Amino acid sequence: MIEVSALSVRLGEREVLTGVDLSVRRGEWLAIIGPNGAGKSTLLKAVMGLVRHRGTVVVDGRAAATLRPRDRARLVAYAPQAPSLPPDMTVLDYALLGRTPYIPYLGRESRRDREVTASVLERLDLTGFAARRVGELSGGERQRVVLARALAQEAPALLLDEPTTALDLGHQQQVLELVDRLRVADGLTVVTTLHDLTLAGQYADRLLLLADGHAVATGPPAQVLTGKLVGEHFDARVEITPGPGGRPVVHLLRGAT
Amino acid sequence: MRTRSGWWVAGALAVLALSMVAGLLGGAADISPWQVVLQAADWLPYVSVDSGLAPVEQGLLFELRLPRVLVAAVVGGLLAMAGAGYQGVFRNPLADPYLLGAAAGAGLSATVVIVLLPASAAGVPVAAFVGAVGGVFLAYVLGNTAGRAGGTATLVLAGVAVTSFLTAIQTFIQQFKVEELQRIYSWILGDVGGGWDQFWLVLPYAAVSAVLLLAHGRVLDVLSVGDEEATSLGLRAARVRLAVLLAASLATAAAVAVSGLIGFVGIVIPHVARRLAGGSYRIVLPLSLIGGAAFLVLADLLARTVIAPAELPIGVVTMFVGAPFFVGVLRMTRRSAT
Ligand SMILES: Nc1ncnc2c1ncn2[C@@H]1O[C@H](COP(=O)(O)OP(=O)(O)OP(=O)(O)O)[C@@H](O)[C@H]1O
Ligand SMILES: [Mg+2]
Repeated sequence: MIEVSALSVRLGEREVLTGVDLSVRRGEWLAIIGPNGAGKSTLLKAVMGLVRHRGTVVVDGRAAATLRPRDRARLVAYAPQAPSLPPDMTVLDYALLGRTPYIPYLGRESRRDREVTASVLERLDLTGFAARRVGELSGGERQRVVLARALAQEAPALLLDEPTTALDLGHQQQVLELVDRLRVADGLTVVTTLHDLTLAGQYADRLLLLADGHAVATGPPAQVLTGKLVGEHFDARVEITPGPGGRPVVHLLRGAT
Repeated sequence: MRTRSGWWVAGALAVLALSMVAGLLGGAADISPWQVVLQAADWLPYVSVDSGLAPVEQGLLFELRLPRVLVAAVVGGLLAMAGAGYQGVFRNPLADPYLLGAAAGAGLSATVVIVLLPASAAGVPVAAFVGAVGGVFLAYVLGNTAGRAGGTATLVLAGVAVTSFLTAIQTFIQQFKVEELQRIYSWILGDVGGGWDQFWLVLPYAAVSAVLLLAHGRVLDVLSVGDEEATSLGLRAARVRLAVLLAASLATAAAVAVSGLIGFVGIVIPHVARRLAGGSYRIVLPLSLIGGAAFLVLADLLARTVIAPAELPIGVVTMFVGAPFFVGVLRMTRRSAT
């Protein structure tokens, strides 16, 4: 579904990504992990065509560079790590923004656009919030609203940058389960960055470990989440034990520096 | 939601109609509001009613008051709507229609015409229009060559540079022609008493820019999440910005051409609209258009009547009355920071 090869990005004077390859099949869940500043967010933005880059990005068999923004937005939806939320906008209007690629430039949203948006709000437990102003929500509520916007886009591929950071335990599970259900039911392709390595290992089919702009490891969770790789690239001392379903669970060890 | 917007627009239209009747009455004691309404109906095509007004009174209303009220309405509506457009494009509530050098460009070329052709009054509007468009164009080209194409920060800075540069030249020229100072100043402070000619002059530009801006309400809402996210939603942010800037600058230039540099309307009215009816540009743009029109009609009424038979410059009234009015609205609708 998404094929990235030899992707390099320069921001200002710094080379933020160097020769990154990435490939996600339709219906697959890829989690990008890596320490702060590794280039995870930049990688997602490059796939969205939001930063200038070298190398090629192919989405659904088509070179992304040749896609009109509108067509690209129908293929890939993106929820940024730090979205900017217009404080006065209502939750419903904000989620409706996700329908932008389907609304004619000077036109207005159709009945179907409203229906899709309403059903997404319902699935995310947000129906009661529809008339609330976005500026009056808690951090976790905001994060769900942003996810609602991305889901309203009805794109076959979903790029989520840290979708669970502000969520409580229950909502983390709810959001990731929802994404997983959509993936299974509609064959959605999912790429997320996730700081919680255990969560990443639980939900993703494959992990991509980025460090300092390089893809240093990729593969199924058990291959990437090893004490050696995590210790080396996160500069952390951890113990990794097999968890439910044989997927690795990462424990931080106390008293280590 | 949508029906609520409808009520706001209907309410604003009612306020506009009332202010236009008040503007037509204009302090004359011997005409009743009802007669003005009848007379206004009589002017409509295919409608004929007897207002009971003497021909002299009818002539006064039609030749003096009516064009004045209409010009004030059009100018106020254009400035407020252009202000809303600029605020949307720059995602900055402090943006106003003069931000990109429209005022300075118009001021400079109007001054040049007043100084070089002291006898001609007809050249000033054309010069002001050309100057306003030129000022914005200059800022746009400068901003785009200096910074990343389509970015807003450098554009604003370019506007500031163009404004101070052109204002410097304008000040320099007017110091040389002290005898024209009075005319230059009264042009700058604004006047909507130009008559029917001015109304017909401004109308086509007003119509085009209003239609364009109103059509961009939804897209401006999308742009309010920022360029990057708007792009990820399939919008070409730079192109939207250019289209809205063009329409808003056309509106500003048209307004400035027939009325001088009336301040405050372009920044305050969109804010009032936003406070009352919510942040969506789909409602802020039409409410600004109608509210700005009503506001300027009333401001002109005050300008004509407060020290009658003399007149205050309308720009002074908009600032003097507008500031406390704005503070009042802010207090009435106080809520979490916007
Ligand atoms: N606009 C920019 N100009 C210059 N450098 C930038 C810019 N944006 C990000 N960077 C740098 O690029 C590197 C990668 O940033 P990125 O946001 O992709 O990291 P990340 O892996 O998402 O980190 P985090 O885990 O903290 O979200 C960082 O070192 C950052 O300082
Ligand atoms: Mg990041």
